[in-house]
Amino acid sequence: MQIPGLYIHIPFCHQKCNYCNFYSIVSVDDLSRFIKVLLKELSLYSQKLKSFDTIYIGGGTPSVLSIQNLEDILAEIRKNYRIMAESELTIEVNPADIDAAYLTSLHQLGVNRLNIGIQSFDDSILRFLGRRHNRQQAVHAIDASHTAGFDNIGLDLIYGVPGQTLMTWQETLSQALSFQPQHLSCYQLTLDADTPLGRQCNKGLFELPREGEQADFFMKTSEFLENAGYIHYEVSNFARSKLLVSRHNQKYWQHTPYLGVGPSAHSFVQGKRWWNYRSVRRYIDDLEKNILPIEGSEFLTMEQLRLEAFFLRLRTREGIHLSNFSERYHYDLLDEKGEILQKLVAEGLIEMNSGHVKPTRTGLAMADALALI
Amino acid sequence: MYYINGLKSPPDHGRAFLNYYMENIRNFSIIAHIDHGKSTLADRLIQHTGVVNERNFKDQILDNMDIERERGITIKSQAIALPYRARDGKDYSLNLIDTPGHVDFSYEVSRSLASCEGVLLLIDAAQGVQAQTLANLYLAMEHDLEIIPVINKIDLPSADVERVIEQIDSELGLDPDSHLKCSAKEGIGIEAILEAIVERIPPPTGDPAAPLAALIFDAHYDPFRGTVIFCRIFEGQVKAGDTIRLLFNNAVHKVEEVGHFVLTREKRDKLSAGEVGYIIAGVKTVSDVHTGDTITLDSRPCEKPLSGFKEVKPVVFASIYPIASDDYADLADSLEKFKLNDASFIYQKDSSVALGQGFRCGFLGLLHLDIVQERLEREYDLSIILSVPSVRYRFTLKDGTVLDVDNPSHYPDPISIDKSEEPYIRATMMMPERYLGAVMKLCMEKRGINSTLSYTGPGRVELIFEMPLAEVIYDFYDRFKSVTQGYGSFDYDVIAYRESPLVLLDILVNGEKVDALSQIVHRERARARGLQACERLKEEIPRQMFKIAIQGVIGGEIISRTTISAFRKDVTAKCYGGDITRKRKLLEKQKKGKKRMKMIGSVSIPQSAFLAVLKSDTD
Repeated sequence: MQIPGLYIHIPFCHQKCNYCNFYSIVSVDDLSRFIKVLLKELSLYSQKLKSFDTIYIGGGTPSVLSIQNLEDILAEIRKNYRIMAESELTIEVNPADIDAAYLTSLHQLGVNRLNIGIQSFDDSILRFLGRRHNRQQAVHAIDASHTAGFDNIGLDLIYGVPGQTLMTWQETLSQALSFQPQHLSCYQLTLDADTPLGRQCNKGLFELPREGEQADFFMKTSEFLENAGYIHYEVSNFARSKLLVSRHNQKYWQHTPYLGVGPSAHSFVQGKRWWNYRSVRRYIDDLEKNILPIEGSEFLTMEQLRLEAFFLRLRTREGIHLSNFSERYHYDLLDEKGEILQKLVAEGLIEMNSGHVKPTRTGLAMADALALI
Repeated sequence: MYYINGLKSPPDHGRAFLNYYMENIRNFSIIAHIDHGKSTLADRLIQHTGVVNERNFKDQILDNMDIERERGITIKSQAIALPYRARDGKDYSLNLIDTPGHVDFSYEVSRSLASCEGVLLLIDAAQGVQAQTLANLYLAMEHDLEIIPVINKIDLPSADVERVIEQIDSELGLDPDSHLKCSAKEGIGIEAILEAIVERIPPPTGDPAAPLAALIFDAHYDPFRGTVIFCRIFEGQVKAGDTIRLLFNNAVHKVEEVGHFVLTREKRDKLSAGEVGYIIAGVKTVSDVHTGDTITLDSRPCEKPLSGFKEVKPVVFASIYPIASDDYADLADSLEKFKLNDASFIYQKDSSVALGQGFRCGFLGLLHLDIVQERLEREYDLSIILSVPSVRYRFTLKDGTVLDVDNPSHYPDPISIDKSEEPYIRATMMMPERYLGAVMKLCMEKRGINSTLSYTGPGRVELIFEMPLAEVIYDFYDRFKSVTQGYGSFDYDVIAYRESPLVLLDILVNGEKVDALSQIVHRERARARGLQACERLKEEIPRQMFKIAIQGVIGGEIISRTTISAFRKDVTAKCYGGDITRKRKLLEKQKKGKKRMKMIGSVSIPQSAFLAVLKSDTD
């Protein structure tokens, strides 16, 4: 039994970060119209899906929304769908947006997991990245979240920033650990060509760390956090225990159905994937005309599903459960790839035991290459 | 298109008429060093005689394959009948027999020349006499042909006609006053050439009433009609309905159609002594027809075959494997089709431990190999890997057995070998004197011996070396061209097998022997070759998930080694709902790219690596 997850994309930011390529706009002029049509979109899928056990409000910057906005959204969800007991309800917040009152209200609304976009505790790095907050605000945001009663807090951090060394990164990690977060996401900085930092990098204004250094960052991060008791359960994600992983994000990696609403959001239900327009304008216009704002869709062939499952699961420490994989994707991995898998075991990139193929730490750093065997 | 009265179908009015008819035929070829303008002159002659009009004229009509046109090399010969009314007022049929223009195909050239009574020896006014000018001249002389020297490209600013006339005398030993001048490109001097063909080249001789004796000089495959045999009739006649016999294998076929070529095939009632034309006789493949073989009538055979026949033997060998083993059946199919049109290409099944099922193929030379590879990839859309090319070595074992080995994986147990031999060539090189030192050095480096040097003209030398053929297939061409800055020319004949200390060099990739990379090499060269192969492979094989060790091994001893380090980080940081489709599409694309690489154990080796091991540092 697989209960679907719900993702809500809030496409607004008070300020675009220099590295970010997620879809958002800075103008909030259309915010109230947006909320209206978002509620409509939520209701339009109520025939297709009945219940959720994870809800994830991401963006953009969901914390630009008022408590009233969020209350309306959650009310609409509850009106149309059954929200299972013990559901995970996550919202992404920017440290600059949240104060004690806001956090208390979020908690009261039933939000039980916060994902705070800390990125760094170093002011110069925060400026380089174009974040709105500074170190002090980051510290306050975490403290205030605890005070408001949140006991499942995830912090987002970025490494591999030009000028950052393994030393300074380790200090950042230590500071993060001092708050005893339940969850950490540590992303290596990668730049799309059409972001401000991407353009500067292409012009040669700075350089990202080379492959060897990136590998060092990756391995040290994993080592450091696992020594501190965290599970490195996905390429960029760490949890204090098995129960504290991001249940919603797991759905993406396990081909569990999910509905995504809001501009640019992707959905995946029964082998079909579809995605909304990456435009607030188009999104509002279509829904105001009672049209679903779907830009495209695809039915995945078994081969495509298999390839996706293969690369997604190799990104997770749990890896591939051989008999489940063979049953679901009609592919006997041992029969087909036994020889190369043995070689990868010998090279220390994967482990094979108790019917699983699991990437090692070294293997996680090479997950994309592993997917190509 | 028009025909000359009386030539379209000569009525059988007895001997007097036929003699008259033969009087009006001229069979000739154009011979030249590569790029001296042979195809362009052929085009001009065709245009001038009005066989084609401007509108349907395609440049270089005789080269009808793309590759030939791109490389400017004529591979397959063809014949074309040019109708020409000469100044004497009579109508002539001038049969131009095209010849391949590369050293790999010299036997084919000799058969085409055997079908002629004369040749136009074309010489570039700027470049003068080159190695193939001489080689072709010798071939023409062997056949006792009338030789008309034609100086081409006289319009070039760098043309030095006086020097070429002097070379005709001193280097070719021909009457310098016999030359003609032209610019095929500009259409200058064409009429004079046509007149000279009529006046100076003798008409064919032969007795139409004698038993049929026809020389096969080429064959093409036509998907609708089977093999189209090109031949020169020396004696007798042949017509549709006759039963012909091919003397080499005594195969008997019923003639369906005879005719000659104008631009396309033109059917005729019969072909008679002196004529050049085609025969279609239900022959399934080109390989059933041997260039140089004699055709006669089954009911009334000629006494003996025409002279000069020899079976073409390949000298360079390599194995072809499909990159994806699923494509084996396609490859087999394509080779079969390819073979239909290239009788000098031979192949048989082969299998490699590293590369799976494939075919061992024989080629006339490296250029022929290149052409085959390119055509298979282009025309048949195949992704293939060629193993390291090899010559055919000869091993005499202690028990007296003699083994011919053209595939390193058949290298005999070294303990059992009594004597090992390799083929030698005589390389003839011509160049301006200033490059002599560099070329000598190169030839010595390639184990050249017994050199002779002669001055063929002021500042020009001809250098002859005997060298192992294996050294020539290993990058000699490129090096020679580079040290002579393009001014040197080269020609070769295979002369003999000579004793040579040979060893087997194996290449191990991560401890696994890649048999397609093995080479048989001269003992003293082994270490250098091993090092070079490792270095080349290091450049060609991309970094992978694990470290790759490459080793050169002789008889269990590692003589060279190099390592390709593994890459350590290859993973996208974020992969959530919106990233998955994009990521999958990227992987699908990468997987496709990987299909063009060959997996050896767990290492992906690109196609280019297999030929790269033959290249040297100096490229």
